[in-house]
Amino acid sequence: MMTSDHPPSEEAEPTVRQLFVGFLLLGMMGFGGVLPLARAMLVEQRRWLTAAEFTDLLGLCQFLPGGNIVNMSVAVGMKFRGISGAVASIAGLIAMPTAIVIALGTIYDRYQNDPHVRHLFTGLAAAAAGLLLSTALKILWPLRGKPAGLAIAAVAVLAIAVLKLPLLLVLLTLAPMSILAAWRLLR
Amino acid sequence: MIPVLISLIAIFLELSLLAFGGGNTILPEMRRQVVDVHHWMTNQQFAALFALAQAAPGPNLMIVPLVGWRVAGLPGLLVSSLAMFGPSSVITCVVLHLWERFKAHRLRSIVQVGLVPVTAGLIAASAVVLTETLAHSWPLLTIAVASAALSLATRLHPIVLLAAGALVGLLGLGQS
Repeated sequence: MMTSDHPPSEEAEPTVRQLFVGFLLLGMMGFGGVLPLARAMLVEQRRWLTAAEFTDLLGLCQFLPGGNIVNMSVAVGMKFRGISGAVASIAGLIAMPTAIVIALGTIYDRYQNDPHVRHLFTGLAAAAAGLLLSTALKILWPLRGKPAGLAIAAVAVLAIAVLKLPLLLVLLTLAPMSILAAWRLLR
Repeated sequence: MIPVLISLIAIFLELSLLAFGGGNTILPEMRRQVVDVHHWMTNQQFAALFALAQAAPGPNLMIVPLVGWRVAGLPGLLVSSLAMFGPSSVITCVVLHLWERFKAHRLRSIVQVGLVPVTAGLIAASAVVLTETLAHSWPLLTIAVASAALSLATRLHPIVLLAAGALVGLLGLGQS
């Protein structure tokens, strides 16, 4: 097995069809987080990207609006096959998950008046809220000992969850403040 | 039908451009729009759709096609997905070209570091908003806290925790 830093050879460049199939499989497998699987597929199995290229692209995708892996699929498709590659990649990524959520939604709709089904989905919703709670704590943890960062995060929670202010207003106010604070610290 | 589709497009176009830090940061705004502003569904129904989206594989934005489909069927699904995934994809393509130039630029790392607290706060707000929908029931709050604690303390797969929550819910504890 070659190391993941081995540069992908010219003939290893995926076709539009291979991009679609690759991301289709990724979309079907990624339960509760596609990121680790995306790295395994792109870097280790198909070797479309080196480890460094993957990290660089991920940085870009986190920096842009939209889902990280959705943006990553667009970036990878674009890199190899231009616009048609980008469209094939994102379509592949979201095709199966969309079909599956609609199937689940249909089941929920049909049986939501059945108390057992309602109870089951209420329990599922509670667990899903709990998972998001743990994600939030994991993301907040590196901010400990950074009073400015914690204050900004606290204001965001207050503005969105308590005062129910529109997201656009909150982002346009907090993002420049936070970036300014980062600039003063990094200067 | 057409006004509903236009509303869906407007909502998800805006969310597409505001979704810094991934899909979970825009949940409260999505909930505010579909529940408070447009009254398309109740808080509990929105929480159920979020749970369905979490139970499905794939990226965590799958609540978007689900909301579109729930509100306006197949046309709703198509316009919501296009409005959500289109603009951010176009931005990704454009920025990809400029990325190399900014690679070593200090501004890039400053913006990246600066956005972390905002993203963290928005995801925490999403968690609070979703947990609020459970506030009427102690057993449901217990499920949420237990799944959060297990997710933090163990390496259990999220799908295991979701299944456990669904099973406990099936017992109907503390539910009407």
